[in-house]
Amino acid sequence: MQVWSWTGFFEYLTNPFIIGGAITTLWLTLAAIVGGLILGFILAMMKISKNPLLSAPASAYIWLFRGTPLLVQLIVIYTGLPQFGIHLSVLESALIGLILNEAAYLAEIVRAGVGAVPAGQVNAARAVGMREPQIMRYIVMPQALRIIIPPLGNSVNGLLKTTSVTSVISMEELLRRTQVLIQEKFMVLELFAVAAIYYLVLTTLWDFVQRRIEKRYGRAYQQVSTSKSSKMPKIGAPAEQR
Amino acid sequence: MIVLDKVSKWYGDFQVLTDCTTTVQKGEVVVVCGPSGSGKSTLIKCVNALETFQQGTITVDGTSVGDKDTDLPKLRSRVGMVFQSFELFPHLSILDNLTIAQEKVLGRKQNEAADKAKELLARVGLSAHANKYPLQLSGGQQQRVAIARALAMDPIAMLFDEPTSALDPEMVSEVLDGMTELAREGMTMMCVTHEMSFARKVAGRVIFMDHGEIADDRPTSEFFGNVRSPRADAFLSKILQH
Repeated sequence: MQVWSWTGFFEYLTNPFIIGGAITTLWLTLAAIVGGLILGFILAMMKISKNPLLSAPASAYIWLFRGTPLLVQLIVIYTGLPQFGIHLSVLESALIGLILNEAAYLAEIVRAGVGAVPAGQVNAARAVGMREPQIMRYIVMPQALRIIIPPLGNSVNGLLKTTSVTSVISMEELLRRTQVLIQEKFMVLELFAVAAIYYLVLTTLWDFVQRRIEKRYGRAYQQVSTSKSSKMPKIGAPAEQR
Repeated sequence: MIVLDKVSKWYGDFQVLTDCTTTVQKGEVVVVCGPSGSGKSTLIKCVNALETFQQGTITVDGTSVGDKDTDLPKLRSRVGMVFQSFELFPHLSILDNLTIAQEKVLGRKQNEAADKAKELLARVGLSAHANKYPLQLSGGQQQRVAIARALAMDPIAMLFDEPTSALDPEMVSEVLDGMTELAREGMTMMCVTHEMSFARKVAGRVIFMDHGEIADDRPTSEFFGNVRSPRADAFLSKILQH
């Protein structure tokens, strides 16, 4: 067996089978984050609720799915559920497992974000006559969103790599396809290096996207004036005269 | 317009308001003062139900605030409130701060709400700032926007909860000037404030609170005259000696 084959490395770097795997990893991540956010938002609202019939199940769910490994959850879904007559495909199992798992984490992130919006904001929204769902939608969530973007970004980054766990139920994402090729070609280091590079490309792209989103939501919080007048007082600085 | 009858409130065993009874007539300007912790902010927040109370009744324009069947958001939309810490919505532009409740609560059309907002911004001298965000303005400017936001709802009365307490001294007058103008136009106002010069000049009546009770409630000229209650006298001598 040769030491390191540059030819092999570059060949697999442009291999459509590997690139296809990377694309699967990407959309698996996106699907899990979108599905996880929707379910996580519902769980967060339930957990915040003063009604124990809502908050208790949410707490139990979060406790269960954060407290057990994704690996175990995937295996239970894929190989355990058929014992109860529920047969799911690899793709369905992977998606459901990732979404259910991610939702538990995202629920806590959303809950923390909502909790970080000052109570005075809710009072101010009530004072102008808004109803509770309106307050959540127009006042609390937009502000919470800005707070949750950094931890949310962290989740996306983590998820890009966590999707590799679905390879154990033979989901054909980047890692699985890398392993398949390794079994055929025995170019262990070259193929893992290629996989690592694709993971880096994906996470780096996400970093870029995240920075753009943070900037967009941070717009209102920058002290720099957007107008032509350059003399913009900071908070606490003397007011300009009328 | 605003009638309080024997209003009492407890936090657990601790009584914060005791049998508070007073009436604010239409077009009247009443200043509520008293030492910190005397319950004045709590009292004013009971008027638009941002705080609950356990005993007594409050009616605003004939509507009972404590009644379970009262549509509180609707009631609040008719009573303007200005907070000590401004509580503008930081994620919305100044213009949007003034239009959001007009649109979502009153159902006004976008252009109608924007016209109203621009008219009010002109009135508080902040037209040039319509497209900025709250945190890009000084404290005094933010508070003037907050007053405009409340006025945008065409309120039947305005509540002020220490509107100048969080401001640097040089910004106090710009806010008080706005309030004075509002009073001259005949707005019904209930103002918690330590600004005794404002009370002297603008208020028709002064309510003095101490330990959760209305200790003194009389016309402004009498309050600052020689016949005030001993407790009010002690308070005034403390804050007026400088």
